[in-house]
Amino acid sequence: MARFGGDGLECARGERLVFAGLGFDVGPGDALLLEGRNGSGKTSLLRLMAGLARPAAGRIAWDGADIGDDAEGHRARTRYIGHLDAVKPQLSVIENLSFWAALHGGGAAGAQAGLTAFGLDTLARAPARYLSAGQRRRLALARLAAAPAALWLMDEPTIALDRASIAALIAAIAAHRATGGMAVIATNVDIGLDGARLLSLEDFAVADGP
Amino acid sequence: MIAALGLILRRELRLALRQAGESATVVLFFILAALLFPLGVGPSPATLARIAPGVLWATALLAAMLSFERLFQPDFEDGSLEQLALSPAPLEGLVLAKALAHWLTAAAPLIVAAPVLGVMLNLPAEGFVPLIAGMALGTPAISLIGAVGAALTLGARRGGVLLALLVIPLVIPVLIFGAAAVEAAIGGFPVRAHLTALGGISLGALVLGPWAAGAALRQALAE
Repeated sequence: MARFGGDGLECARGERLVFAGLGFDVGPGDALLLEGRNGSGKTSLLRLMAGLARPAAGRIAWDGADIGDDAEGHRARTRYIGHLDAVKPQLSVIENLSFWAALHGGGAAGAQAGLTAFGLDTLARAPARYLSAGQRRRLALARLAAAPAALWLMDEPTIALDRASIAALIAAIAAHRATGGMAVIATNVDIGLDGARLLSLEDFAVADGP
Repeated sequence: MIAALGLILRRELRLALRQAGESATVVLFFILAALLFPLGVGPSPATLARIAPGVLWATALLAAMLSFERLFQPDFEDGSLEQLALSPAPLEGLVLAKALAHWLTAAAPLIVAAPVLGVMLNLPAEGFVPLIAGMALGTPAISLIGAVGAALTLGARRGGVLLALLVIPLVIPVLIFGAAAVEAAIGGFPVRAHLTALGGISLGALVLGPWAAGAALRQALAE
């Protein structure tokens, strides 16, 4: 069984250490919620997990192998939903989603599944320029459903979402976990996932120096 | 991976088509900047013919400077770049696809406009073929070097100015060989050496550019 874990992680932002000695372990079907006040390093940790940045110390491993040693494999198994929606206003909703679906090997069927999962069917041909913040967020989340991936990393995914969309997101995460997928979610609101574990980043905070 | 690069190229071209104004700006700048010279130095045909090769190449390079910022900056700002960095395509491949799209949408229009401006600047007839050939061989280097500059200045404030300061010195060899090819043809000398040099610079940029720009993008994303 695949395991995704890290230990001894240290993250520096500029001169300041954000957290140190942080470890985590995620198995198939697990959901891990990252908690902590603003600036405690939730986004930084997610970016480390995605492989976008390297930790100042410690290692992150998939099945015991450092993710830096198999960057291509890690990219293929990871979907990252960051603060930014990566939506091009010049393209229509379906054009936006189809590109990412095709890039990750999901094809047209994947794009359609993404639209349906987040209730975007009726907006498919609309120019993304006219989407509201919540609709743009849904379009970003639809990438999760557009092509299968073992590891979902989400940074405050519920921002700007209405209640129905949050329910759709929870259903998508549940379906993902039911098939053995893993999810790591940074959030400060209780989104009500069954059996999710908590990781409080404040436990690993480094006291601000003089 | 080839399929992924094809997808990225198609998306880039579609985006460029949807905002065709940006490509038009580059060509319009080229035309206007070249127009300043007959106005500034006077309409004497002999003078214009003398300066035409250098003016055309220098103004084309300056016009190209306007186009580099849109290579990565919009993708960086809206989060597309981090998504592309997490896609199966390596960043070096992304740079290659972006540079090719840039060449097709920004450099190719300059190559088309150059002979028209050549007529306006009274460029001697022998100069046209080496002008077009030189631009076709030299502009890939411009696109690739510009991609390195754009990647290095990502996220920097006033990145546009910094980009020009960084890229202009690096493209001077292209200007020298490009203008020299046209001058040589007008003077009745062989142009092959100049054109070969331009092609060589482009090949060098093709090898080093994606690698350097990919490293710079990785750095920009890790911050």
